[in-house]
Amino acid sequence: MFQKSSSPNLRFVVFVILSIILMVVDHHQGHLKVIRSALSALVYPLQYVVNLPIEATEWISLTLVTHNTLLKENDRLKQDHLLLSSKLQRYEVLETENRRLRELLESSFRINDKVLVAELIAVELQSFRRQIVINKGQREGAYDGQPIVDASGIMGQIVHVGPFSSTVILITDPNHALPVQVNRNGLRAIAVGMGQNDKLLLEHLPNNADIRVGDLVISSGLGRRFPQGYPVGQIENISRKPGEPFAKVMIKPSAKLSQSREVLMVWPYENNNEVDKEIDGLAIQ
Amino acid sequence: MIGIEESRQGNWIIVLSFIMAIMLTALPLPEWAVNWRPSWVAIVLIYWCMAVPDRVGILVAWFLGLLLDVQQSTVLGQNALGLTLIAFFTINSYQRMRAYPLLQQAVLIGFYLLFYELIMLWVAGYLGKGTRDWTYWMPAFTSMLLWPWLFIILRDLRRKYNIS
Repeated sequence: MFQKSSSPNLRFVVFVILSIILMVVDHHQGHLKVIRSALSALVYPLQYVVNLPIEATEWISLTLVTHNTLLKENDRLKQDHLLLSSKLQRYEVLETENRRLRELLESSFRINDKVLVAELIAVELQSFRRQIVINKGQREGAYDGQPIVDASGIMGQIVHVGPFSSTVILITDPNHALPVQVNRNGLRAIAVGMGQNDKLLLEHLPNNADIRVGDLVISSGLGRRFPQGYPVGQIENISRKPGEPFAKVMIKPSAKLSQSREVLMVWPYENNNEVDKEIDGLAIQ
Repeated sequence: MIGIEESRQGNWIIVLSFIMAIMLTALPLPEWAVNWRPSWVAIVLIYWCMAVPDRVGILVAWFLGLLLDVQQSTVLGQNALGLTLIAFFTINSYQRMRAYPLLQQAVLIGFYLLFYELIMLWVAGYLGKGTRDWTYWMPAFTSMLLWPWLFIILRDLRRKYNIS
């Protein structure tokens, strides 16, 4: 590996061309998933080791908690649990009713709620991009385009799957767009990331669209990538300028994008590979 | 003529320094400091290309670049291209660079890194992932400030383990 062989000039040209070929192939075709996931198995241990001190401090602070705090927390959790189970009862009734009504309408609507908790092991290294790395990969059945949510809303989707880890692009990344609808009236729109932690832009809404500050925005499930009906955010600010064709609508994401350490991976459709093929097919057309 | 035994001596130190650099790249930082993170891998690579150009060269640079691409999930080949260029510059100028005083080395390396970031920005911009944030260029500056210290640490390591 460290031996000198041919002249550096020749080698330089060879490797520059090789890099350019790699970039073109990776960008246009994405046949290089195998290479990427093999190399990510090399990088993963390093990221794991970097993360160890943080986990250690968390573990220490957890073991040093006093008995009293634990009792209090337990109390609070019990109350929360009671509250949530009562809410869940209502929700289950509504869900069965909803399913029955949909059956009457003969619409196909299936909920597949397989989920898995993953832990965050790294955050994006450049601040203008919003990506995270989680500690679940191929072994656990993660796939490209898989939705990631936290307790309060949609966080993003997986872009690269490695053997033991996956990279997730957050909804606030400038390259991410998410089909959404306003919960109050079903108005459809696209929520685009802006590279800022607490802002999303709703694109192409006309000036006279029926939206108000405080409206809840949920995922619409169009595009068959994200499950339908998960909260995305709340409308924070609307600026309508008469001279411009579209209103500028900002929403505040409901997921705690910069705080969550545990995230949920969702399998919204029963056969995800088929969906992926379908989407790829659409993209080619 | 160097015997094979001698030429392999200390390879593990070189590999270890690169592993440390990759780990420092992944180290979580507060939000405001993220863009000021020095390009660890690039400056460690420059040091070894300058000190032992026969052993650390373009192939090593390219492979490190691929690892960085996977770590930062950029398009495969982006960092590989940048680091290859840096290694090429350094290998072509190592005799002159060794003769420079530390400060002058630091300035030259600052320019190399600016060029590296420019290449990264070109590729990212071509893929529609560019940025206009001025702090994008800060790694070159912080790496420049860090160079004298890094140089001294790595030089002492190199002398201690007799790597040449």
